[in-house]
Amino acid sequence: MREHILQWPEDAGKLDALHSGDIVYLSGTIYTARDAAHRRFVSLLQAGEGTPVDLRDSAIFYAGPSPCLPGHVCGSIGPTTSSRMEIYKEDMMKAGMKLMIGKGSSDPGLPALCQRYGAAYLVAMGGVAALTAHCIRSMETVAWPELGAEAVRRLTVERLPLVVIDDIYGNDYFIDLAQKCE
Amino acid sequence: MRAIHVDEIRAAVRKLCIDANLYLPSDVTAALENLSKKENSPLTEMCLTQFRANREVAAAEGLALCQDTGTAVVFIELGQEVQICGGLLTDAVQQGVADGYRDGYLRKSIVTALSRINTEDNTPAVIHLRLVAGEHLLIRVLPKGGGAENMSRMAMLKPSAGVEGVCDFVVDTVKLAGANPCPPVIVGVGIGGNFESAPILAKQALMREIGSRNPDPELDELEQKLLMRINQLNIGVQGFGGPDTALAVFLESMPCHFASLPVAVNLNCHVARHQQVIL
Repeated sequence: MREHILQWPEDAGKLDALHSGDIVYLSGTIYTARDAAHRRFVSLLQAGEGTPVDLRDSAIFYAGPSPCLPGHVCGSIGPTTSSRMEIYKEDMMKAGMKLMIGKGSSDPGLPALCQRYGAAYLVAMGGVAALTAHCIRSMETVAWPELGAEAVRRLTVERLPLVVIDDIYGNDYFIDLAQKCE
Repeated sequence: MRAIHVDEIRAAVRKLCIDANLYLPSDVTAALENLSKKENSPLTEMCLTQFRANREVAAAEGLALCQDTGTAVVFIELGQEVQICGGLLTDAVQQGVADGYRDGYLRKSIVTALSRINTEDNTPAVIHLRLVAGEHLLIRVLPKGGGAENMSRMAMLKPSAGVEGVCDFVVDTVKLAGANPCPPVIVGVGIGGNFESAPILAKQALMREIGSRNPDPELDELEQKLLMRINQLNIGVQGFGGPDTALAVFLESMPCHFASLPVAVNLNCHVARHQQVIL
């Protein structure tokens, strides 16, 4: 288990240093998107149209924050279950998404997809959303504000603590753990 | 006969929604703190440290413990000697939920099921109303996050499956859920009743105090056995492995048709929120 500090998207080319089980402190620019936004992203991509956010080298945080208190940058924020986004992941990777940040088990095809597209799946801690809000330095809604908490937001994050589940070599922390157990 | 005005109910529900989302019950906090007392892997230790810091930040800054402030599940025990005045009980509860989610800066996560249009105020709450003896009104609010709820399961087992079948179904549910429901989880199990009653029993079970014993000796023994089996699955805190997959297993049972053996397993995340008040 190693620790890495990543600046995004500047370090998008450094994913080869990450291995499943490593800890990452992520700083830089990432975007929130969950179920509803993914459906819209992928229908645009499949229609050959542009997306409101450039997905090349993007980091997508599967998250929908709580409303922002006055004087705060961001409300409580944390990961949602990533396997719900399973059917959208390959289209998003084809469009250039390199980092997925969520929580929970990977879907069965994910390790192979990460290997093929050089992408990684990292988990943020679930159920620590007040604390995670401290890692958010700025937040701006950049697409589909009508989706409320599900709108796409550009976040500037600082030292967001994450754990690598799927690296670009086809390893998966949770699958390896289950196999070791059996 | 005692009169309770709907305004009092509305205000109480508003406060319960906010408090439940900001402050963890003391038994849940104690159970999580207990995990820190032993030797843990570095990843588990990192999680437990963050859990503690999160509780402190949430309380100090008035932020929700989890961004998923859930579906508001409201259990009401209404004494038969109480007369609700000034309006309808359920309207007061729904308005209290809307007030609480607005004023507490809690996330509005409720959408129409098929067209997925947000209702904007986190209503409708799911309300379970029970008439009881007495002159009191008990209200319990359990904000239930989607992640753990999605991993819950229900089955109409054959009676031949027996106790073993029930236990296997419970353990398999936790195993299939893996890291998704934000372990360490609380496992609520409803056994018996009907297709609709087993899941409600399971949900009620989630509000039992951690450390309390089941008054039924057979169920009490099963709870201990199930907890042991679940904690051998090596899912662990946040799925990173280890013996702390569940904080507790709570069983509730009622008689059922002799052709049936309904069993429902409702999982709750480690942010196992609920608050209650008696008016």
